Amino acid sequence: MNKADPYAGERLLESPFHPRQAPLNLREAWSAWNGYRFAECYYDAEYEYFCVRNACATYDISPMQKYIISGGDSEAMLNRMVTRDVTKLKENRVTYVVWCNDQGRMVDDGTIFKLASDRFMLTCGSSCVAWLKMSAFGFADVSCEDVSDKIAALSFQGPTTCAVLKRMGLDGIETAKPYDIRHFPFGRGPLMVSRTGFTGDLGYELWIDPALALELWDRLYAIGADYGIQPYGEAATNMARLEAGFIMPGMEFNEALKTVHLEHDHTPFELNLGWLVDFNKPHFNGRSALLAEKQRGPKYVLTRLDIEGNKPAEHSWLYGNKRCTKEIGYVTSAMWSPAAKANIALAMIRSEHLKGEIWAFIDYAKELRQYSKIARCTVKDKPFWAPGRARATPPADF
Amino acid sequence: MKRYDAIIIGAGHNGLTNAAYLAKAGLDVVVVEKNDYIGGAAASREMHEGWIYSSCSYVCSMMRQAIHRDLDLSRHGLMLVPYLGTVSFADDGQVLKLYTNAEVEYLELRRHSPHDADSMHRFRADLTRYSQLIRKTLMRTPPDPVSFKPRDIKELLFLARQFWTLGEREIYEYIRFFTMSAAEFLDDYFENGLIKASMATPGIIGTALGVCSPGSAYILLHHVMGDVDGNIGAWGLARGGMGAISNAIASALQAEGGEIRTHSGVQQIMVRHGKACGVVLENGDEINAGIVVSNLDAKRTFTQIMDRKDLPPGIYDKARNFKIRGSSGKVNIALSGLPKFTNVPENRYINRGGLTFTGSMETLERAYDCWKRGRWSDVPFVESVIPSAWDPTVAPPGKHWMSNFIQYCPPKLASGPWTPEKRDAFGQTVVDRIERYSPGFRDLIVHMEVRTPDDIEKEIGLTEGNIFQGELTIDQLHFNRPFPGYAQYRMPVKNLYMCGSSTHPGGGVSATCGANAAREILMDLKRPNTVPQDDCYDE
Repeated sequence: MNKADPYAGERLLESPFHPRQAPLNLREAWSAWNGYRFAECYYDAEYEYFCVRNACATYDISPMQKYIISGGDSEAMLNRMVTRDVTKLKENRVTYVVWCNDQGRMVDDGTIFKLASDRFMLTCGSSCVAWLKMSAFGFADVSCEDVSDKIAALSFQGPTTCAVLKRMGLDGIETAKPYDIRHFPFGRGPLMVSRTGFTGDLGYELWIDPALALELWDRLYAIGADYGIQPYGEAATNMARLEAGFIMPGMEFNEALKTVHLEHDHTPFELNLGWLVDFNKPHFNGRSALLAEKQRGPKYVLTRLDIEGNKPAEHSWLYGNKRCTKEIGYVTSAMWSPAAKANIALAMIRSEHLKGEIWAFIDYAKELRQYSKIARCTVKDKPFWAPGRARATPPADF
Repeated sequence: MKRYDAIIIGAGHNGLTNAAYLAKAGLDVVVVEKNDYIGGAAASREMHEGWIYSSCSYVCSMMRQAIHRDLDLSRHGLMLVPYLGTVSFADDGQVLKLYTNAEVEYLELRRHSPHDADSMHRFRADLTRYSQLIRKTLMRTPPDPVSFKPRDIKELLFLARQFWTLGEREIYEYIRFFTMSAAEFLDDYFENGLIKASMATPGIIGTALGVCSPGSAYILLHHVMGDVDGNIGAWGLARGGMGAISNAIASALQAEGGEIRTHSGVQQIMVRHGKACGVVLENGDEINAGIVVSNLDAKRTFTQIMDRKDLPPGIYDKARNFKIRGSSGKVNIALSGLPKFTNVPENRYINRGGLTFTGSMETLERAYDCWKRGRWSDVPFVESVIPSAWDPTVAPPGKHWMSNFIQYCPPKLASGPWTPEKRDAFGQTVVDRIERYSPGFRDLIVHMEVRTPDDIEKEIGLTEGNIFQGELTIDQLHFNRPFPGYAQYRMPVKNLYMCGSSTHPGGGVSATCGANAAREILMDLKRPNTVPQDDCYDE
């Protein structure tokens, strides 16, 4: 009996990998991303996190927004839009970029894949059709195509990923360096593999025609079974990215175009992403505002903190003195890091207080009672988790 | 001739930890080890091509996070990955699966007994309460209750305060707990035989007591008071095997300038004018040092590598009578595939944790009866884990390594000395036990390493192969460990210290004994303390 679903209009979309992922989501823990049903976790967030750090695991990034920017002016257009020098990007390489409005406030971050001299793929967390249209204004030979629904993508992360891809017959994948792109035949179509990810570990992202998505999944899981393969969701991703020191929209920054209050959005300098801003290239969005900010210094700086004790400092205020009378900033993300065995956090701290003492006022609950503690924080220059295998070429088998 | 500030005898994980903290304080230290590998009972070795065995200890939970963090062991290559749960097999073919998810676990317990499913909440709460109290003492030096030194009085007051927070009723229960048997303790909570038996097994692991012997309740607690990332009672694997723990600590030690010498068994501790001043190695070499720290067990230290004339009267006898009875064996098996178990579904999660061939309370007690009569158990308790199911580094892809811990197995057989034939027969008893729940198991075996308590003593140097370096009974715990009056890591000869599991807080891969001893040594040397405080006081 075929009865129309009266709630059809309110149901979320399903990713091309959904038929395989849904039965594995034993906890029925779903959230949403760009209109797609999206796993928060499948079995246990911490277990999934450990699969990323200890073996290998897949994260469905199909709901990510993907755009093909092509034409003779595509490079110039992207170079005008983002703060990094895109002309330095070689073919079959990927680069991490941010783009700003004219006030130098960050619109979003994402990655640019250079597929050919006049063909790029831009990926980002939320839709930017309108911004791309605006950015392409005045460039004669450029077209922006939204291919979000035309490419299925899996992030494949962890120490055994290279071994699995080798066993899958992706010849030479072990020679791919971080940010390299490789192309392989797969079934009736091409498979694009980039050595990229959001976990700070060894890992790859696999890009394929949605029609071949399940075939890719089955092959990956058949071979991966002997290498500890496991799907992981948003919760485990958030743990891994925090250890790697990567920023998350809605946690570390507000997208400028969605921000209501003055300066509740951020500049790349505030997010400690000054290294992504290249003043030696031709004009780009927000250049003069960013130059001024660089000379003046940002108001806040996103800082990695190692906090004494083991109570995660989520939503904590930060103070410049132990008595907690001098407020100097706030924590954006915090957790106990199982890999680094440290109580870690990312925090926005007013620049002038970075050199002094930093104390976190941490609230925590124990059987419904509220407790608080004041914990000393130490600034960390390096990511909390940066294993050598993430950069090694060729990577080891585990 | 070079004179070190300190010599540590034995490169087990506690010896390495002790050395690391002394080196961190600027001391010139050397660790001497009789074997050609380090780690003692926490070692990973390739015993069959492609397979890395954790030959002795096989699971981690006691390792103090504060030490892991302080020595930056993650950077030195250590990663601890938690278990997902355990599966217990009953005599009658029933299977109990304890899952990580609370809701799911409750359903499973209800399937066996609705009463026990509810009781499990009270059991866990009580155990957590007891654990939290004991945990606070792990990284503290036990007070001497009769010294009346300000430091000891202060520590006694600390303990009294912690006790007081339990409340009156719980204080009574707690005191009872130390002399109870695991069986009596569990009778208060459970009625289902399999649930009771599977909760009882931590009460006998490593000890020469049975589930009905007084004192086994504390052993149970000792095994569940550890944690992985703050989850009390959780267990974990060290990625790369237990040797990863020792190797990481050794790497931290070497980064501080410490030295490790393997193939350097100690013949004797040298004592001059009543002070320890170095060691004589088995090859005749002498090494001089300001202090000597023994990571060997108390019995071995005082009865094997010291001249009786160097000891005050009575100490030799105390050491000789130190309760350190061997009761467990180990069978490490390389498998060509993942074994399947009757009544256990094949899914991606079920084998990522412990497998316990438990039987029932009666089976466990009968197993102990065999040990008392100088035989290995006919139907032994076997605690297994297949680390390769989720550690990709210990066996080739698709192949597996299974660790089996066996209780009971005596160090000396009533039938005469251990022989290779008897060892094989013991191994077959274990394989038979597993095969009963996993038809076809035998056909998967590629290689097998059987270790009796006798083997463990000969290779690792643990007297009688006792995994705790001495029984964990109240007469040998806290301020009584190893002997009353010597619980503060200082031994009866000046400049001689102990840092192994024969000292407080006892057995387990915790690194606490080594760290605590270092703190006392540094205090005597008037050096700044490098040992961190524990991080469990506000849990």
